[in-house]
Amino acid sequence: MELGVFVILAVVSVASAANILIQRQPIHSALSLILTFVCLAGIYLQMHAEFIAVMQVVIYTGAIMVLFVFVIMLLNAREEVSPHKSRVVRFLGIPLVIVLLVELGSIVFHSFPEGTPVAQETLSGSLGNTQSIGMLLYTDYAIPLELTSILLLVAIVGAILLAKKEL
Amino acid sequence: MIPLTYYLLLSAALFTLGVLGFMIKRNVISMFMCIELMLNAVNLSFVALARQFSLLDGQIFVFFVMAVAAAEAAVGLGIVVALFRNRHTLDVDEARLMKW
Repeated sequence: MELGVFVILAVVSVASAANILIQRQPIHSALSLILTFVCLAGIYLQMHAEFIAVMQVVIYTGAIMVLFVFVIMLLNAREEVSPHKSRVVRFLGIPLVIVLLVELGSIVFHSFPEGTPVAQETLSGSLGNTQSIGMLLYTDYAIPLELTSILLLVAIVGAILLAKKEL
Repeated sequence: MIPLTYYLLLSAALFTLGVLGFMIKRNVISMFMCIELMLNAVNLSFVALARQFSLLDGQIFVFFVMAVAAAEAAVGLGIVVALFRNRHTLDVDEARLMKW
């Protein structure tokens, strides 16, 4: 049952990720990517990472992809035409990508052989997932959290500056 | 319990698709979406390894990656809008000069 749900989510996420590459209209790619993100959120839920699953839906599908779709519609992005497509990509890119996939797969199999035991104790103990993450975030990771807020502030200023009329 | 290997292989497949998309797409926005896909593949392996070793730190890193991805999307799409306003194209091959 658990494995079945995982296989369905994994197949759908890989298929929609491949669909991003196949589609030529950017808006169709964006909708495919949203499907991939939702499937990943389901996988996170299955791994009992509820906080990350909710963040995945809220931040990625809710904020980032809305921004993407908004920009695609604002700029009226059409079907991509590639009159002078680089030949290097066609003859070298795809074999190199296959090499990368094989390499990643072999690393995974060598580092974690099939029977690697999964830690059985629950991740978060008596507290819920979100509560434990909050505790950790405001104690051990307090400084990175503050740095993240500065990063977001810089991003806000940068985005406003870039979107100004005359650059 | 689903073995860790399955999650890592799914993550590797998604990452590879992101790399492939980044190379074959010529549209700036589509290339951006492939970068987001790669970030998500890495997030998946973070969460899977956090579960494997029953540590929450992996999930915290995913949280930070998401914050960086949001900042990157805002600034990147601002650059895309500025590029479109100046060059009237979204094709990256058209934008190969630092100054015009």
